Amino acid sequence: MAVISTSGLARTFQTRSGPVQAVRGIDLTVQAGEILGFLGPNGAGKTTTLRMLTTLLAPTGGAATVAGCDLVRDPAGVRQKTGYVAQSGGVDPSISVREELVTQGRLYRLSKAEAEARAEELARELDLTELLERKCAALSGGQRRRLDIAMGLAHRPAVLFLDEPTTGLDPGSRSDLWDLVRLIRAQWGTTVFLTTHYLDEADALSDRLVIVDQGRIVADGTPIALKRRYAGSPDATLQDTFLAITGRGVTPQDATPVAV
Amino acid sequence: MTTFLADTALVFGRYARQTLRSKIQILFGALMPVLYLLLYGPLLTGMPLASRGSSWQVLVPGLLLQLGLFGAAFCGFAIIIEKQHGVVERMRVTPVSRLALLLGRVLRDAALFVFQAVLVILVALAMGLRAPLFGIVLGFAFVAAMAVSLASLSYSLAMRVSTPQSFGPLVNAVNMPAMLLSGLMLPMSLAPGWLNVLSHLMPFRYLVDAVRAAFVGDYGGSTMLYGVLVAAALLAVSVTTGTRLFRKAEA
Repeated sequence: MAVISTSGLARTFQTRSGPVQAVRGIDLTVQAGEILGFLGPNGAGKTTTLRMLTTLLAPTGGAATVAGCDLVRDPAGVRQKTGYVAQSGGVDPSISVREELVTQGRLYRLSKAEAEARAEELARELDLTELLERKCAALSGGQRRRLDIAMGLAHRPAVLFLDEPTTGLDPGSRSDLWDLVRLIRAQWGTTVFLTTHYLDEADALSDRLVIVDQGRIVADGTPIALKRRYAGSPDATLQDTFLAITGRGVTPQDATPVAV
Repeated sequence: MTTFLADTALVFGRYARQTLRSKIQILFGALMPVLYLLLYGPLLTGMPLASRGSSWQVLVPGLLLQLGLFGAAFCGFAIIIEKQHGVVERMRVTPVSRLALLLGRVLRDAALFVFQAVLVILVALAMGLRAPLFGIVLGFAFVAAMAVSLASLSYSLAMRVSTPQSFGPLVNAVNMPAMLLSGLMLPMSLAPGWLNVLSHLMPFRYLVDAVRAAFVGDYGGSTMLYGVLVAAALLAVSVTTGTRLFRKAEA
């Protein structure tokens, strides 16, 4: 069953130098329980697509349904059924972990008792129990990221959008976070829509990869299928595959700037 | 409607708890008007500033609204910091309406400024202010209206500004002429004709005049009527504009 379905999804920005088509028509289907890696060079349109699917940005063309709700006609429904973990996180450093988790549940219309119970449950599952009374400012990078993800799961969403979840984390914390993403899918059947600059991460986590470039999908398949098709061998690296598909790297350092 | 009120209360509670944790912020906001009372108020004692009432009944209403003007107009700073932490974006992907997200915040601000206004009144009473209780309560209502209006506009402006460095000068550029033209310190009726006429273009003048009227017990005159009408119009325009900009702006 598809939980995300888009047809010709597009976004054009009006700028002083004229219209810029950031996303030029994305046709995409994501199945329930799937971990989808959404990749692209800088300026490819992946962040714009993510922002549209999370209702932060209105599309200027096409249609989409997310978790059974129409993106344009029922954005509140989409918000109720999805979780979003932004790259910048989203917790207030001056507030305790418990208060942030409970308030997050309440913002998703859980009763106070439900939100408190859910905060305890998430803290247990995501190894945050010892940190519940601590101020968010006092958490390490890895702990903060676990809290960000717990916040995204407060209302048991059908789909969890993760935007660059491991940026800035040390290798150990990254590995822990990968385990956590796998756990989320295994434990709750949550569909995970993941954007990342780390190709090893996308390779290790994703059931399927969608690669966008210049606002369009240029490749779609399992990591092995893409490697075989574009790099000639299932044992090729995703880096080689990505270069073969887009002609450039994925990281900000080696990406060719594209106006978006 | 029930959901909207519950959401607004939830957002209000979150920010109210945040404020209560910062006792310095609560007290510091009242410091400037209190300093005016202590160090500037005595200079005006006995001066014929208005046709009715003492100099305190002229100065204190101006200081109350100064709380709103200088406090609420700068509320947007907080949202710029929240944007940097991703808090605004996180809240904007919840099912809570944009209006509730905005109102919860501005009602917290209004509550804070009314509390600070109470502190200012207590000091002013000790300094020699004598005014009817109902007039003082009306003054608080005007402070709340001004706080809600200016905080709404401040938040929506801050949603479109990326750094505190660009936000501060922008607000100051509006606030300074607003303070001078609204007659917060001295009634504009004392001004030369051209300045008095110019000040009628500044909506806050009507609010200050109305609070001054309330402080001398004049509740039924045209000054109060204009004050109430301007406050209502200001509220409607600023909350509507604020919500619209808040909805459109990208976090």
